[in-house]
Amino acid sequence: MSRLALAFEQPAPRLIPFIMTGDPSIEVTEELIIEMEQAGVAAIELGVPFSDPSADGPVIQAAGERALSQQVTCHDVLQLGRRVRERGCQTPLILFSYLNPLLQYGMEKLFQEASEAGFDGVIIPDLPFEESSPFRSLSSRYQLPLISFVAPTSRKRMQKIGEEAEGFLYCISSLGTTGTRQEFADRIEPFLQEVKRYSRVPTAIGFGISEPKHVRYFSEWVDAVIVGSALVQKIAERKERLIQKNSRQQALGEIIAFVKELRK
Amino acid sequence: MGTSSRRFGVYGGQFVGETLMNALVELESEFAKAQNSPSFAEELHQLYREYSGRPTPLTYAKRLTEYLGGPKIYLKREDLNHTGAHKINNALGQALLAKRMGKSKLIAETGAGQHGVATATVAALLDMECEVYMGAEDVKRQELNVFRMELLGAKVISVHSGTKTLKDATNEALRQWAAQVEHAFYLIGSALGPYPYPQMVKYFQRVIGDETKEQILEKEGRLPDDVVACIGGGSNAIGMFAAFLDHPEVRLHGMEAAGAGVDTKEHAATLTLGRPGVLHGSYTYLLQDEYGQILPAHSISAGLDYPGVGPEHSFLKDTGRVRYAAITDREALEAVSLLCRYEGILPALESAHAVSGALKLAKERSKDEILVICLSGRGDKDVESIRKHMGKEKQK
Repeated sequence: MSRLALAFEQPAPRLIPFIMTGDPSIEVTEELIIEMEQAGVAAIELGVPFSDPSADGPVIQAAGERALSQQVTCHDVLQLGRRVRERGCQTPLILFSYLNPLLQYGMEKLFQEASEAGFDGVIIPDLPFEESSPFRSLSSRYQLPLISFVAPTSRKRMQKIGEEAEGFLYCISSLGTTGTRQEFADRIEPFLQEVKRYSRVPTAIGFGISEPKHVRYFSEWVDAVIVGSALVQKIAERKERLIQKNSRQQALGEIIAFVKELRK
Repeated sequence: MGTSSRRFGVYGGQFVGETLMNALVELESEFAKAQNSPSFAEELHQLYREYSGRPTPLTYAKRLTEYLGGPKIYLKREDLNHTGAHKINNALGQALLAKRMGKSKLIAETGAGQHGVATATVAALLDMECEVYMGAEDVKRQELNVFRMELLGAKVISVHSGTKTLKDATNEALRQWAAQVEHAFYLIGSALGPYPYPQMVKYFQRVIGDETKEQILEKEGRLPDDVVACIGGGSNAIGMFAAFLDHPEVRLHGMEAAGAGVDTKEHAATLTLGRPGVLHGSYTYLLQDEYGQILPAHSISAGLDYPGVGPEHSFLKDTGRVRYAAITDREALEAVSLLCRYEGILPALESAHAVSGALKLAKERSKDEILVICLSGRGDKDVESIRKHMGKEKQK
């Protein structure tokens, strides 16, 4: 059984945090991965920054800008994956990137190297199912799932996406971009029920989830809950302290406390 | 990259978030229905005629022709459209389609504000809500156009992310469209974005080329030898070229912005210097660094100041059917002066790139040839910026 499949065998609630690689530095991202593993997260999404993140709200946009100011590239994210695997990290790692940085890196090279580096999946938010076939063949060649999205607007397309899904199926909770919110789409429950009916893999929900009560609520309906902006915001608020070595441990501790709180 | 009937060779595609995909599927089907609907065509052409003032004339540029001593030069006068440029052709078409689809709100991105003004105009005409996203830098530079859009009843939203220019305004428009996709229609201003937008924008702009063809046949009894248009996203160019693509004897030329020069970092010469990649929903030539991060574009002309280009132009570059070249800020300014003095026409800075390209071309052509320039817009909006730059040139 793959690392990712095993993670979905663990008891709920299963949390999948998203962090932007290199925000505020690659060193800090590495420590966050190690600490989040100890906090018992199900998997970790590692973002590759992009200059034009058109599916992201302001919090993740700003994280991407901070990472770009550190000149973080696709190559750095792969290296980071290798390093944490060498340190014994067993948590599934998902590479999260807009399409263009990956295209310029070379798609085949990316799938091959990400697989060798110990990644367990790839998420590309601007690659819809209809455009994914050339990359699905790479995904099967290198045994690296290409994770698909479904949204409340997917409607007729949901069935074929669910039936072809790999790794887990990423359910978008509400219209719009990433970012914390209190309101989710109308009729979210029938939507998630329908997704579960079609999906051949576990389901995870993301977009706007920021509080323990959201995690608890959605854990009734899906197999895992993805938290991005809320966590990235905690990191942003502690940027200086995370960079300074003498204050880093305490700042990391506060972030991990939030991650644990989400799982309660 | 794969190919399909929805692509231009390998270029184009639908690279957007899942939330928007169903809207594109619906748009494709509604656009197909509209194309087959006589009442849609009738309504659109009535607006072209009675609201925008079409057909626009094809003006023989007698003095410019004599001055250059080369081919006969004609100007396709898109500058005489309502709101001052070709943008209204597409805004009217897409807004009518939005209305048929039952949408109540139009969302648009704008650089200098011309497409924003065109969208705000049709929103007022068709009684629709209108939100225009504009980079904070452009809002500062184009105060008058912001006021003009507000006067027309639109809400202008200043975008502070990234480089605070057109590409960032487009990102924000995509985000806000995703949030309101059930009742809002995204009215893209150029021949770019995900399928079916590039095809749809071409369809609504091809009135430029169709009229030109008819007019030149009437005046000269034959097709032109050369047709020149400027390229930012490339909507006026693709509209003009559409009528001539199947006539290999007509040479087509697209002029992009070289800004301070193609040997500097300050240009918008996407086809001349870019590399294919994915931005704003399609696979096309882009200005980008080796890691796939999009680079800022630079041009004196806000309408050409964009690091991407419509996917069909990428295809036409690769096939060689259209020749693409780049014109510097300084060359465009010289073309402005020349057209003002010789023809009494103040061109938009965008269109001045086409004029400048034509001036170069005219030197290589003989008197029995015919050259058509697509004069995509008027320069009233640029007077302040032209004055500023000409002042600087004088001081040098």
